[in-house]
Amino acid sequence: MNKKFQWDFWAWITLLSIVIFGLFLIYPLFSLFLSAFQDATTGEFTMENFTHFFERKYYYQSMINSFSVTACVTILAVIIGTALAYFMTLFKVRGKNIVEICIIISLLSPPFIGAYSWILIGGRSGILTQWMAGMGIDFPSIYGFAGILLVLTLKLYPFIYLYVAGAMKNIDSALIEAAESLGCSGIKKVVTIMLPLITPTILAGALMVFMNAMADFGTPMLIGEGFNVMPVMIYSEFINEVGDQANFAAAMAAIMVLITSTIFMLQKYVVNKKSFTMSSLRPLPVGEMKGIKNVVMHLCIYLLVALSMIPQLVVIYTSFLKTNGAIFVDGYSLDSYRTIFGSLGTAISNTYIFSTAAMAVIVFLGMTVAYLTTRKKSWLTDIIDTLTMFPYIIPGSVLGITLLLAFNDDPMLLSGTAIIIIISLVIRRLPYTLRSSSAILYQLSPSLEEASISLGASPLKTFFKVTAVMMLPGVMSGAIISWITAINELSSSVILFTGATKTMSVAIYTEVIRASYGTAAALSTILTITTITAMVIFFKVSGRRDVTL
Amino acid sequence: MSVAITADKVVKRYGDLTIIPQLTQNIKNGEFFTLLGPSGCGKTTLLRMIAGFNSIEGGQIRFNDQVINDIPAHKRNIGMVFQSYAIFPHLTVRENVEYGLKLRNMPKDEMKTKVDKILDVVQITEYQDRLPERLSGGQQQRVALARAIVIHPSVLLMDEPLSNLDAKLRVEMRSAIREVQKQVGITTVYVTHDQEEALAISDRIAVMKKGVIQQTGRPHTIYTRPYNVFVATFIGHSNLFKGRIEEADGGKAVVFADGFVLPMSTLGEEGKIGDDVTIAIRPEEFSICGEGQGIKCKIKTKVFLGKYITYGLDFPDDMLVPDQPAIEYSQDLGHAEKVLEIGDTVYLKPNAAKINVFRADGSKSLMEGVVENE
Repeated sequence: MNKKFQWDFWAWITLLSIVIFGLFLIYPLFSLFLSAFQDATTGEFTMENFTHFFERKYYYQSMINSFSVTACVTILAVIIGTALAYFMTLFKVRGKNIVEICIIISLLSPPFIGAYSWILIGGRSGILTQWMAGMGIDFPSIYGFAGILLVLTLKLYPFIYLYVAGAMKNIDSALIEAAESLGCSGIKKVVTIMLPLITPTILAGALMVFMNAMADFGTPMLIGEGFNVMPVMIYSEFINEVGDQANFAAAMAAIMVLITSTIFMLQKYVVNKKSFTMSSLRPLPVGEMKGIKNVVMHLCIYLLVALSMIPQLVVIYTSFLKTNGAIFVDGYSLDSYRTIFGSLGTAISNTYIFSTAAMAVIVFLGMTVAYLTTRKKSWLTDIIDTLTMFPYIIPGSVLGITLLLAFNDDPMLLSGTAIIIIISLVIRRLPYTLRSSSAILYQLSPSLEEASISLGASPLKTFFKVTAVMMLPGVMSGAIISWITAINELSSSVILFTGATKTMSVAIYTEVIRASYGTAAALSTILTITTITAMVIFFKVSGRRDVTL
Repeated sequence: MSVAITADKVVKRYGDLTIIPQLTQNIKNGEFFTLLGPSGCGKTTLLRMIAGFNSIEGGQIRFNDQVINDIPAHKRNIGMVFQSYAIFPHLTVRENVEYGLKLRNMPKDEMKTKVDKILDVVQITEYQDRLPERLSGGQQQRVALARAIVIHPSVLLMDEPLSNLDAKLRVEMRSAIREVQKQVGITTVYVTHDQEEALAISDRIAVMKKGVIQQTGRPHTIYTRPYNVFVATFIGHSNLFKGRIEEADGGKAVVFADGFVLPMSTLGEEGKIGDDVTIAIRPEEFSICGEGQGIKCKIKTKVFLGKYITYGLDFPDDMLVPDQPAIEYSQDLGHAEKVLEIGDTVYLKPNAAKINVFRADGSKSLMEGVVENE
């Protein structure tokens, strides 16, 4: 059986996933690296694109900017997220459930809505700016470094919170009691026991924050203005129609992939050295804060949640404002909604069609590939397993560019089609479903499958009748997260879209660029409500109160 | 139809590691056959080779005359009961039992009759519409048994089916399994590391160690006439003494290191006068005797167990085979004339009709009529 190779179902799935990842991930990435070393006009091999980047401050400054803002966001998010997790886990907080749900909503909401609504609040003609100007106070500028930092930190600290709160729930109270019995108490307990126990988790969360902040395109594009970061630079060089800058953009993208993969490897190395598993028999007891301390703690938590939720609320509010062209006027109306259902109706339907099509592919691939990599281990499936990690380190805009470069010509002319957008969604969002599918597979005893086989069901029949049925809850909860992130996808779609394949995220982005804030707000509201609805379904399906991304 | 199973020079390898080197064994049609051995001895590996979940790297396994090496597991028509039960959690008890029959496209009414009958046999009719998670361990195991038997498999394979149950339920379930097996008369291969379970349930037992069958035989034979020292010490407890075969009164006798001579009429041809031997004596094969009529020892420990008292004995080191955990004497309180105390010196006489004598290296029994494969 193991001796002879057979063309069974699993061999086909192995082949299929290698073809998919090879064709739509490795080959485009390879062509990107290749074109990074090519001269734009002659096609000859050259280092010119790289030297060009490192010689001009205008370009390499964007790398420094990216690094500095990403590092600051990561540090701030770690501090805020960890502190929040500490207080939320160890102390009684009123309205804990609502706080948690708000945090998750702000994490899953469209990434650039934060930037856009902070502009509505504190931008040049923002609500707060004008109100304060009326009182003669100069409101500090929201644009540039500070704005990106504010928006991304508020957007990304939930990663840390969810990771750390999860880890703290796994600390056995006996560990803390053991420390106390040995004479350790107070702050020393936190520093010598708690902090080391959650450090691997913090590092894992920090990586997610770092990757997301580094790769984020929408936020710096909208609120960064003069403060250029790499994804924005890559995008504008690539889109630039004046010169043929694709090769130069490819070189920048290559540099960026190099940076993210280095960070990824480094983090993996550190975490592998430090990692251990914890399982808690008795979770840490929940204490009660007394007096003024309690008030301060609640105020801080509520303020943080309010800051995180403001973008959503502002967007929903402004979507009902009366507009005259780009300007808000007094009174309320549904005009913005009328406009978008009229002129941007296809963007709305595209969004649902593309992400649902992508989800169907993701569910099938997620289930089968997870099965391959957990139950049919071989060197080949190990390669597939590694390939599926790639989307974590390739920024969306870079993936968009690679796909566009690779499929811009016959015989594989895909650019401008819906297919290429769906492919990019599948590649980028598959990991969520894959991870939740593998997680549930590890919990299923292989003897269930063997029982079915021993009763006469072929292995394939067993997979569909037994394994797949029992995997379904895990697969579906992952698929919902994949779907939510797919409808909110901007960074790759903004590069791949054409008029006919515009999605809501892209439409919001272009509307904001056109300063048509009313329609952008209406679109964002639809997206936010869809996201929340999907999340409610997620909580129902998974029976959980947290998400893992 | 139930079948006889033949393993013919079967080999199992993982890479360079050989788990089972050339194992040969026959299992008769309708027999309850147990593979017994310490963990890691290859018993589950062999069972899974018969089931088709492990590949076979050499030799053949046959069901009657049919070689099954290349038949995939789902076409072997086996029934299997797993250590973890492996009841499908998304199906009710009845649906679990029906699963294999549905795959065989059995007509509805015939299926109903069969399922009803088997549910009755394993006594779970009242739970048939429940989901498995609401059943106890013993009930789940009954479902697993019913599900495996209802398809009329050629062989029933059971992999430590009772090890997740508590002690009392284990005893109850093992008689239930035995009863059901007798009722349907199906060839059964049963894997366990629990010797008591094996002795209680089996027609024949194969004792395994490091992928090699040490002895195959009926439970009584395995216990009373073990083929080698490993079997003698793995099944029950045996105290091992150094000794030599000598001539006494025209017959043979074993002489202990302290010079005590025990005439033996049960020794076979192979043990020659002058051979060094290992003498295995079970704790209950001693009796207290007068000075000079047995081997002399001192009482080191004493454990009261109700029906028995088990004494730990102290002998001079040169009398014993080295590295034994304990030398014990079990005194049956029903026949005890006097209870001993720690520190007492006592003479113990081994029961010559019951004790076993092996080659000095312990590899083979020197008793008359003991065979490796009964």
